[in-house]
Amino acid sequence: MAESTHDLPLAEIRNYTMNFGPQHPAAHGVLRLVLEMDGEVIQKADPHIGLLHRATEKLAESKQFNHSIGYMDRLDYVSMMCNEHAYVLAIEKLLGIKPPERAQYIRVLFDEITRILNHLMWLGAHALDIGAMTVFLLCFKEREELMDVYEAVSGTRMHATYYRPGGVYRDLPQSMPKYQPSKWRSRREVDRLNETRSGSMLDFIDAFAERFPVAIADYETLLTDNRIWKQRTVNIGVVPPERALQLGFSGPMLRGSGVVWDLRKKQPYEVYGRMDFDIPVGTNGDCYDRYLVRIEELRQSTRIIRQCIEWLRKNPGAVMVDDRKVRPPSREHMKGDMESLIHHFKFFTEGYDVPAGETYAAVEAPKGEFGIYLVSDGANKPYRLKCRAPGFAHLASLEEMVRGHMLADVVAVIGTQDIVFGEIDR
Amino acid sequence: MEQSTDQPAASGSAIEALARTIEERVSGVRRLSSLAQELAYEAEPAELLAVCRALRDTPELRFEMLMDVAGVDYLHYGREEWVTSAATRTGFSRARQGSAPSDPGMPGRFAVVYQLLSITHNTRLRLRVTCPDTADPIVDSVVEVWASANWFEREAFDLFGIMFRGHPDLRRILTDYGFIGHPFRKDFPLIGNVETRYDPEKKRVVYEPVSIVPRVLAPKVIRHDNRYEPALKAPELPR
Repeated sequence: MAESTHDLPLAEIRNYTMNFGPQHPAAHGVLRLVLEMDGEVIQKADPHIGLLHRATEKLAESKQFNHSIGYMDRLDYVSMMCNEHAYVLAIEKLLGIKPPERAQYIRVLFDEITRILNHLMWLGAHALDIGAMTVFLLCFKEREELMDVYEAVSGTRMHATYYRPGGVYRDLPQSMPKYQPSKWRSRREVDRLNETRSGSMLDFIDAFAERFPVAIADYETLLTDNRIWKQRTVNIGVVPPERALQLGFSGPMLRGSGVVWDLRKKQPYEVYGRMDFDIPVGTNGDCYDRYLVRIEELRQSTRIIRQCIEWLRKNPGAVMVDDRKVRPPSREHMKGDMESLIHHFKFFTEGYDVPAGETYAAVEAPKGEFGIYLVSDGANKPYRLKCRAPGFAHLASLEEMVRGHMLADVVAVIGTQDIVFGEIDR
Repeated sequence: MEQSTDQPAASGSAIEALARTIEERVSGVRRLSSLAQELAYEAEPAELLAVCRALRDTPELRFEMLMDVAGVDYLHYGREEWVTSAATRTGFSRARQGSAPSDPGMPGRFAVVYQLLSITHNTRLRLRVTCPDTADPIVDSVVEVWASANWFEREAFDLFGIMFRGHPDLRRILTDYGFIGHPFRKDFPLIGNVETRYDPEKKRVVYEPVSIVPRVLAPKVIRHDNRYEPALKAPELPR
């Protein structure tokens, strides 16, 4: 057989099928893409997904409501708290409770921190895919600081399980963890690193918000007018607005096509209605516009964070609704009071019943509309939980976006869609 | 939320106005009870496509986006695994093995739920359609109305076995190549039916019947304590 291929005329080897992934670094996880190519040009792209399918929705149906909050973090694992947010909102809607104002501000603050975390991860990875190494390192430097905020407030750097139906798990801490001198870090270096960590967590976030616009300007210096960056992104993966609506796009993918739509503005949840911020939109609907939209969202998120900090500094108060059915008793009470101990045990073993009904709660997650469709039959577990992942709708349109483009552009399109398989495969 | 500066999320009167428009302009739908801020309708399976087109194209409705399609299996709806009402006298058993037997052929077992969104009017709508035949659940595909339905319907087919008439490419999407069964059906065990391991003798991965015994760690309990009865929440309680 080997000899005969040599004799074939070139014209007869036309379309061939190529496997992209599932272990390709630019596939952002476990995407297996079956590409049918005519030379360098994509004729057909068939994404095979589900390699990370964990049946989160079915697992959630076998557990009490509160036990699944942690699973939500693991859906879109770079915008953890936004997923939790949609889930607790759905439960709160069915229970008919509303968290105290301070908890709502904390949620908005952390939603925006999460948005920055997500967009930094996206920016770094997207730039790296297209060939810019430096941006990746710069993004991760800032990301690290925000991860510390996650850790300080919830105890974990990523899978926080911080939002609870009825509020948030605990109030913001009064201090930040500090670096210790070691044989790799001198006292002087540690002092410099700890400079912004001497005050409360709000001080730390405030210092971050102060300095972050400079960092954004750095990323823009590296990319926005960069010739190679523009060659790789301008007019790549163009989606006209009507098509974006048809394909169920949301978030920056929709705004990049010029549709002014942001749930934070249009259907405000928590205290987003009181925040002063702008919605950036693109004009051409290509990868470059979506890049600009996300960069501007970083700035707007910083604005929202500063407004939240200001309010949170002035208004101390409860962060959890005072409804004993959805909040566990405090550890203090639990140790001195038999009823509280029983309550604690029942709360964490049996959970609480949610009245029968159906609801759909959506939040503007960094990637788009993350929604939870929740059906309860009055039990202590969800009857049916469906996560509406923005990336699922975006990836479904991959074939349409890459057809006629070159192989290298597939990487740019996957990058611009901000694909994370935790939420797509669920 | 009440103090929002921009357009507020649909208020009660706006919801009722929308409901009136739908009842005037769309035939083949029946309103379902829902939370106060939401609107839900059930469509006749035979009229599904006409209903969807009307919802999308009527200028007062303009549901131009389909955000989500979810399959639902109502097989165990309202069935508890631990009956608590008599437990004060009898006590509880230590653990439950699976759930109570149920009739897999029950009518109205499978439903498909669509979440619609109108960007023009900033409204949401939930549309449900029940599969007329439980043994062979099939409804019309709405791909030609909303392109985003493509993968969502593939997912509902994969996980629930609901077929979509007229879907261009109804393949499995999330489960493994060669998977048998529809895992999100309520009568599909949580731990699955098969497990895999590498067989060193055969030098390949083999599938075997699952070796874990299924058990319920946290039983499903429905407490009838009237806590959320609307009558009890009203300020003027009859005494």
